[in-house]
Amino acid sequence: MTDPQPPGTLSDQLLDRAAPDRTAFEDLVVVPILAVFIALVLGALTMFATNVDLPTIGRSYVALLEGSVGSLSAISETLTAAMPLTLAGLGIALGFRAGLFNIGAEGQVLIGGMAAVIVGFSFDGLPAAIHLPLALLAGAIAGGLYASIAGWLRAATGAHEVISTIMLNLISYRLVDYLLRLDFIQREGRADPISRSVLETAELPRLLTWIDANLRLHAGIFLMLAAVVVIHWLLFRTKLGFEFRASGASPDAARYAGMRAGLIIVLAMGMAGALAGLAGANQGLGVLGRATPGFSAGIGFDAIAVALLGRSHPYGVLLAGLLFGALEAGGRQMQVDAGVSIDLIGIIQALIIVFIAAPLLVRSLFPWAFRKLAKVGRE
Amino acid sequence: MNNGLKLAVGSVVAAFCATAVMAADFTACQVTDTGGIDDNSFNQTAWKGVQDAEAELGVGARFLESQAETDYEANINSLIAGDCDIIITVGFLLGDATETAAKANPEQKFSIVDYAYDPSIPNVLGQVYATDEAAFLAGYLAAGMTETGILGTFGGINIPPVTIFMDGFHRGAAYYNQQNGADVTVLGWNPDTREGLFTNNFDSLDDGRAFAQNLYDEGADIVLPVAGPVGIGSAALADELGVDALKIIGVDADLYETDPEKGHVYLTSVTKRMDSTVYDVIERALNGKFEGGVLVGTLESGGVDLAPFHDFEDAVPDELKQQLEAIRAGIIDGSISVAE
Repeated sequence: MTDPQPPGTLSDQLLDRAAPDRTAFEDLVVVPILAVFIALVLGALTMFATNVDLPTIGRSYVALLEGSVGSLSAISETLTAAMPLTLAGLGIALGFRAGLFNIGAEGQVLIGGMAAVIVGFSFDGLPAAIHLPLALLAGAIAGGLYASIAGWLRAATGAHEVISTIMLNLISYRLVDYLLRLDFIQREGRADPISRSVLETAELPRLLTWIDANLRLHAGIFLMLAAVVVIHWLLFRTKLGFEFRASGASPDAARYAGMRAGLIIVLAMGMAGALAGLAGANQGLGVLGRATPGFSAGIGFDAIAVALLGRSHPYGVLLAGLLFGALEAGGRQMQVDAGVSIDLIGIIQALIIVFIAAPLLVRSLFPWAFRKLAKVGRE
Repeated sequence: MNNGLKLAVGSVVAAFCATAVMAADFTACQVTDTGGIDDNSFNQTAWKGVQDAEAELGVGARFLESQAETDYEANINSLIAGDCDIIITVGFLLGDATETAAKANPEQKFSIVDYAYDPSIPNVLGQVYATDEAAFLAGYLAAGMTETGILGTFGGINIPPVTIFMDGFHRGAAYYNQQNGADVTVLGWNPDTREGLFTNNFDSLDDGRAFAQNLYDEGADIVLPVAGPVGIGSAALADELGVDALKIIGVDADLYETDPEKGHVYLTSVTKRMDSTVYDVIERALNGKFEGGVLVGTLESGGVDLAPFHDFEDAVPDELKQQLEAIRAGIIDGSISVAE
């Protein structure tokens, strides 16, 4: 991720060694901020190109800001949208760290969410203190096991996880369709695929309904924050996390150092799936209170972008998740206030990713924002 | 300099305020389902009702598209915060979210397309349609037009506002068989077991193509896709195969008009005039005559109908047209029952 040793003068090299974090800092912080900025500018140009007049463009960005952080309900919506993205994004980041490109979060979200909802509407009479953790655990385990299939295929047969997770996504869509038609899952009196409603004891309680009944912020936020801290600790403070990172940086070196490559792959995929499963449980138990075929709503794919934007660092993923949550909540307001299509938010998100993925492009567009040495280093 | 800046800021603020003042006193807002506002059928027809009201009654109009079902509740909430006088939610799938929002905000007027609450909610007016009456005519027409003796249909999701089309279509074809001693079969829906072909979404054009291809492979030469924009995928297939091999019957809007590029493949459309009921609801709310309950669109009220044949005007035999007129009259006066 950091540039190779710059072939500058000796003093430059010494300087670089003295402050090694500078380039890393620029990559981690400056590039994403500038990427967001360029994306917003290009978004405005896109609107302009589709015959949106200037005051409307101005109004739409004001609405974007208002709808994401401008009021209590806006913040509540931003956080609500950020939760599943951050959880699933953490899973994908964990995979990246271990050298695995997990495209399967969408399927893991679905399977985890289904399991959580099934546990959530079963077991009538359990106290919430047991029922809710049980439902969340079911989501994590189901998502984890589902992802482990791809991990096991990789470890045992060498089947590439990109292919197998994409295939598992497709299987999960049909599996959920099938599950939702089973008598004990399908809601009574309905012919369409929709599950029974989650019991109150398994719902992630809404936190702000005492202020306004329409505020959707729910207890999943604690789940999200805890997951960020735990994954950070796991990655950077434990032996297992070191093994993940070592396998990601150089699988051969890790193997020669005596690490069990196969086990690490299965474990990393399993944990990534567990986090995606929690994201699904978060939606099933906190937002919808039921499951339907489309409840994953592309979270698993957006989460890939979140993990990339967050540079696979847990705190970065949290910030990226919040940004994407803000874009989603603000995009809604943009549509209400300025009548600008919500598709524009998709364009802005995609542009952000393009620029994140091309740090050199960002550096050449904004040379003044970066240390000279980095520029010398490229020449 | 400073004054200049103030002036500039002031004029910008004034511009914003001006647009706010220009907005109408009464605003009607629509929340779509995941099909989107430009789906050529379901959401678009309802939106046309709002736009008609905007043009003729001078009300303000806004819409909000749902990208996923997790958006329904949030979208309704952001419209509640956005000073809408009436919120129109489009689609059966928004039933739960609308109910929750209506109960939490008893002062806010709601109207939902394709959903009737039992018992009714005082601030929600449901709009439902006797679509089977018009689909019955379409089934009869298709049975009279098919050359292979096989018709096909498929739905978006197995929910009442979708299957009512398929019921009517099936029974219309059965009525044709009974009247004319024919043996036309309908693939894709069994009205007794309530099972049939469903794409399980309302947005995949690829599914629309694949499902129509399957029905065509089974011999169907006229297909009724009941899945909003999914049917556009079926129309693309019919366009490639040629209308002699496969014809499509549109739903919701007259697709000959809303999908003009592929207009020639539509034998007719089973129209569900959501625009007229939505307009009606807005007018009621504007005049203070709004009350909760159910509004039913029928063949008699013009809420549902069979669209003109357009390019097939000459292809449909006059005898069949006369029979359809007779059946229409029979359904309206009650002598022909579309429900079995």
